[in-house]
Amino acid sequence: MHAVWIIAQREFKRYFISPVAYATAAFMFLILGGIFSLNIYLGLPSGQITPDGRMVLQPLVLILVFVTPAITMRLLADEQRMGTLELLLTAPVRDWELVVGKWLGSFGFMLSIVAVTWVYPLIIHRLTSPGIDQGVLVSAYLGVVLMVSAMLALGLVGSALFSSSVAAFFAGLAMLLALWIIGGLGSGVGPISQVAGYLGLMDHFYNNLYRGILEASDILYYLSLTGLGLFLATQIVESRRWR
Amino acid sequence: MIEVENLTKYYGPLPAVQEISFRALRGEILGFLGPNGAGKTTTMRILTGFMPPSAGKATVAGYDVVEDSLEVRRRVGYMPETVPLYPEMAVTEYLEFMGSLRRVENLDERVDSVLEQLGLEDRATSFIGALSKGLRQRVGLAQALLHEPEVLILDEPTIGLDPAQIIEVRELIAGLRANRTIMLSTHILSEAQQVCDRVLIINRGRIVAEDTPANLQAQLAGAERVLVRAAAETAELTRALRKVPGLDAIEPTGEEGMLELSGPPGKDLRPAVARAVVKAGLDLLELRAVGVSLESIFLQLTREETQEDSPVE
Repeated sequence: MHAVWIIAQREFKRYFISPVAYATAAFMFLILGGIFSLNIYLGLPSGQITPDGRMVLQPLVLILVFVTPAITMRLLADEQRMGTLELLLTAPVRDWELVVGKWLGSFGFMLSIVAVTWVYPLIIHRLTSPGIDQGVLVSAYLGVVLMVSAMLALGLVGSALFSSSVAAFFAGLAMLLALWIIGGLGSGVGPISQVAGYLGLMDHFYNNLYRGILEASDILYYLSLTGLGLFLATQIVESRRWR
Repeated sequence: MIEVENLTKYYGPLPAVQEISFRALRGEILGFLGPNGAGKTTTMRILTGFMPPSAGKATVAGYDVVEDSLEVRRRVGYMPETVPLYPEMAVTEYLEFMGSLRRVENLDERVDSVLEQLGLEDRATSFIGALSKGLRQRVGLAQALLHEPEVLILDEPTIGLDPAQIIEVRELIAGLRANRTIMLSTHILSEAQQVCDRVLIINRGRIVAEDTPANLQAQLAGAERVLVRAAAETAELTRALRKVPGLDAIEPTGEEGMLELSGPPGKDLRPAVARAVVKAGLDLLELRAVGVSLESIFLQLTREETQEDSPVE
């Protein structure tokens, strides 16, 4: 576990010294801020939109689908490309410690970005009376955090597969989009739709957590997706040793 | 400290290393000599726990590289070929990162100490990406020494350095031998000759020779070699020398009028060669005995090996 922490710390710090992270954050806040302002200045006065703390969460989730693979793409791909993987794997570090450390570092960074978006509900809360439903907001944010955790783990699988970060990005994005689309098939009836509905990336969020409904099965879904991603990434790293 | 028995590694169907066995003792510098693609890096990667062997057994510092991989990795300092580093990190930052991964005690002191040992004190805050190749090599070596390993494995430690840096690194390595085992690979013969106590010559995944540099040299001292140069065309000189008694071979050197001759051991060819040249009416410009270098052993060994292995088509 010691190694996990050392690696996570290093990755976390690395995001804050690299321009990529700032560019990503700037891109996100530009879009979110734009959408938020439009809602506040145009939507609210015209009565089309009711004040809601979750106003930015839908665009945020959409952006996250594209941003998380970009955040994870270099984590393992760069180590492979630069040969530094050899350095890490000949230190007394287990393969899973490396993978979990990398994931934890990126999770920490994404948490800080998601935390900043909390400023929007705060503004709405002050603008309106009697304020907004804090319970629903917390539940929705819990959903976002869980989803980010799963997305980053899948992105890491992409990064483990390739030594090119661009390939890693598209692999990660493809996995997220696939899970999203599978969820779309869940709107029908019958067993297949039911399974598809359960596998869908967004469904557990929008059907329950976003509405303030906390259910163990939704939380378990994102946690198992995270676990699966980390497991697969570890297996891929390990398989590199056998080649 | 290092014991290898019948180690074999396949990449898919291709054998990279085939049934090699050797030992290295404490305090010894073992050279691993061979052309590119001979299996040096593969062997080192197995010994450092980076990849498992396909068959055979290897123990380092008393631990099996497969079963006790982590224990092995704790005790080995490794500098991979091409010295992978993080260019965006400062030297100290990098060493602290690697040191904390390895749980080095008194890390700050150790970092200061390796920086001093490798003459990197004034580069402590430089970004690795801004360092010259020679300095990066030293950072890689600093990383390998940080945890005071019992076994040091260096893959081509002098590759890509300028002559002054090569000498520096060689001296550094010689200074590190106390109380530990050093294994280094190289494809430069003089390096193995100068630095190592024992040399393994590896070719096409097999060990073709193993001895001290002096003994390896003696093994091939079976022939006396003489270099002769005359103010004449090579063909003319060859004709003049053909009748010299006891001459086994005449080889061109690539230079006009210069030939390399070999004869049976213990027989100095020079007087007879001198007479033959003068008798043919040519002007003798140079005549000297050529020492047998590890280089020629190496060339001979690897050449023979290649010829045996390649089927006649």
